[in-house]
Order: sequence, then C-alpha cells, then structure tokens
Amino acid sequence: MPSDAALKRTPLHALHAALGARVAPFAGWEMPIQYSGVVDEHMAVRTKAGLFDVSHMGEIEVRGVEALSFLQWTTSNDVSRLADGQAHYSAIMNPDGGFVDDVLVHRFGPQEFMLCVNAANSGKDARWLQSQANDEVSVLDRSADWAQVALQGPAAGTILTEALGADAPALKRYRFRRADLFGAPAIVARTGYTGEDGFEIYIAPQGAPALWERLLAAGRPHGLLPAGLGARDTLRLEARLALYGQDIDATTSPLEAGLEWIVAWDKGDFVGRDVLARQREAGVRRRLAGFEMTGRGIARHGYPIRVAGAAAGEVASGSYAPFLKKNIGLAYLPAGHDQAGTEFEVVIRDAPVAARVVPTPFYRRTP
Amino acid sequence: MIPDGLRYSREHEWVKAEGDVATVGITHHAQNELGDIVFVDAPAVGSAVTAGAVFGSVESVKAVSDIYSPVSGEIVAVNEALRDGPEAVNADPYGSGWIVRVRLRDPKELADLLDAAGYKAYVEGGSA
Repeated sequence: MPSDAALKRTPLHALHAALGARVAPFAGWEMPIQYSGVVDEHMAVRTKAGLFDVSHMGEIEVRGVEALSFLQWTTSNDVSRLADGQAHYSAIMNPDGGFVDDVLVHRFGPQEFMLCVNAANSGKDARWLQSQANDEVSVLDRSADWAQVALQGPAAGTILTEALGADAPALKRYRFRRADLFGAPAIVARTGYTGEDGFEIYIAPQGAPALWERLLAAGRPHGLLPAGLGARDTLRLEARLALYGQDIDATTSPLEAGLEWIVAWDKGDFVGRDVLARQREAGVRRRLAGFEMTGRGIARHGYPIRVAGAAAGEVASGSYAPFLKKNIGLAYLPAGHDQAGTEFEVVIRDAPVAARVVPTPFYRRTP
Repeated sequence: MIPDGLRYSREHEWVKAEGDVATVGITHHAQNELGDIVFVDAPAVGSAVTAGAVFGSVESVKAVSDIYSPVSGEIVAVNEALRDGPEAVNADPYGSGWIVRVRLRDPKELADLLDAAGYKAYVEGGSA
C-alpha cells in the first residue's frame, strides 16, 4: 500500500507544491518542511517575517454550563483568570502529574473555550477530556473544521494590517478575536511558537488558500518568506518552547520541565495536583535544562548524555541554532547538575563531546 | 552539475585525482538533498580511509548523513575552512567545499568509480 495515500493533506497543499516546498510526513500529515532553506526561513522570521501552514494542529471545543470548572479540573493553569478573548499556555494533566498534552487554551466566554493542541495528540486529548467530562460539558474534536496559518516575525503586525485592511484586528499579545475572512469564519490570535511577535489565524478550510495568498502577497515586499516545519523547530528551540514527544510527555511533570509558571497552585484541586505538590515538597529530582555544545558537534534528540562520568539519560531536543550560530539543546539533568555552568558530555557517534548548561531562553526578542 | 574529469561514487561523493593524491567531496546532488549544511565531521590528517567505508559525516539542520570514502589511503589534508564555513559545501561542492585529500594506496580503485556520464545516469534513475 503506498504510504503517501494514508497521509492527510492541508487545504494549502497545492500552493506549497507550486512554491517548490519539500514535504515529508509529520503526525500523519504531508507537511512542508522547507521552501528556500531552513536557515533562510529561520532568519526571515527573526528579522522580517515568515508564513507557516500549521493546519495539522488540532482544535478541541469545550462548551457548556460547567466548561470553566471542567477546564480548571483538567488543566494546570487558571482559566478563571482569562478574560473573554484571551488565551494562555497550559497543560492537560494526567493523574501521575505528567502531560497529556501542552496546549493553548482560548476563552471565548465562561461557557465556551477552544484548545489548540498538538497534531499527533488531538484524538488522544479529545478522548481523555471526554472521559473526564459530565453531562454539563461537551468536548468536541473540531480539528477537521479548522485550517491554520501562522504569520510570525517583527513585520507580522504591519503585514497583517496591509493584508486584511480594516479587518485586521488590533490585538494585544495572547488576545484573539473572531473574524470573517474571505467569506470564511476565522479566529485571529496574537500567539505563536517562534519567540517572535506574530499571529496564528484559524480559518475554515475553504478560506485558507485565499488567506495564504493574500498574506504572502502583502508580506513579500516586507521580506516575508513561506516557512516550513524545519524552521518552526529551530525557532521554537532557540526560544526554549517545549515540544511534546521530545521535551515533555506523560512521564514528565511541569515542574521537571521548567514550566511551573503554568501551574496555578491556588486555583483549587486539579488532576495530578497531589503528585506535583509532593514533588514540590521533596524537590524535583531532575530538571529540563538548556545547554550549548562547547566541543565540536551537534547534539540531537536521543543522543546519550554523561554527567560526572555516568550515563544520565538522553538529549531531549538538540540542533544547530541558525540565529545564535551555536549548537544548543535541552536535556533532563539530575538535580544538583542542572545549574548554569555545569559541564557534562553528549555522546555523538560513540565519542563524548563537551557541553555546558546555560540559562534559557537561549534567544529572547528585543521588544 | 556533474563536472567531467571527476570520478563519482554511488554514495554521491566525487574524487579528483592528481597523481597519487585525490581530493574528495560530496556532489551537487548530495548537497541539494541535504539542504543547509551546518557541520562537517572529517578525521584528522594521518588517518587511514578504506574505499566503501564511512569516514565522516555531513550534517544539515535536520539530519546526519554519513560520508563514505570512495578510495583507500591516508588523509593528507582536511578542509579547515569548513569548520566555520560549512555552507561552502552547498555553495561550491566541487571547489571550496572539498572535504579531504587522500594519498591513494591503490589508484586502480578509481576505475571502480563512475565517470560523469555514469553518475548522471545513476542520479537520473538509470543503472550504471
């Protein structure tokens, strides 16, 4: 059976082909990995703007009289602190204190929320949330109803305004608004996964091609480049944004992952809170630390790590960082060996190569 | 982008023999497949290499790719410019993107490699 036949395609598939994109399977989708080159696209996002097709991402709708208390119970962050039209980063928690998924929770109102979830997890997340729900909450996987594009970079605001004219909402960071774009329902959010200013625009699939073409046309004079999943990964790593399946998963807690800021201790009980509380009391035994290579070599996901001469797990994420022009990564290091300045080794093709823990984020945009 | 006068391996390396010293690199086809090259790992001067065996690697942002020596012998030079400028392999794979120079142990090995026409046919899907 030809494997390509099983891959899902986004509504923008033909446009990517016309742009000469290299595609590859990702989470069951055929996705553009790069167009002009990962380094080129990464630098465009850092200095001008990039446009990403992220239609593979999942969207789960949570509605009902008890939607708010349901999300308070199932996620780590405090949805009662969200204004209508505001989003925040959070964890769908499991009873062991680990991540079912990391998500962006969007609050339309106290009885209506949308979660943007990882592509590979949408089915799992919906089933888990449905298992926790009662009759006063409905949980619907709406992933098939939304395409999504991300416009990211210092020029993103200018480009959005020029592209959409009067329809471009004036949004603050982490705020979102419904819109009607090219005759299709849409949600424009000032969010992103790159460490730059930007927008993630959800749109009904039939409107996606017109939106993409309009943004590209408006953006090209500003240096906008179409950008793929290759650059998306190097950008998020420089910004120390976690990737589910590499940096976080069902066995890692938000405390271990350096994400305690998304744990709302004071909001009341929630799934896994008891485990997190014990961890906080006892101290975490390992922590996701940022590092840079001091010896010659690129650390990558899965490469073995040696700390104080002993095997100590593996690299979670690692890559060449195009803006920083360094080789960086993330790894869980044992408590006591996770502080900035700690030296350890990454084993690359059977040879130990020196690395050093550094503060994160590796890159922070200047306002 | 397959210069005449070079020999080619099926693993997409090229060899330029001058006397008993051969310069080795990866082909245009290889660098294009890899994308932006950000790291080249080659052994030190004095190392032995064997035809058909892995002797180093070329890394793009996303992937690590082994390089196979097309010839046997001893490494007499390594392109140090690739340390800070690995992108030369993309920009000029047959020129400034050379990777190592090898003193050939057995120049007859060159006959086992493809010529430009043979490599062209190989890359385009024919057999050689």
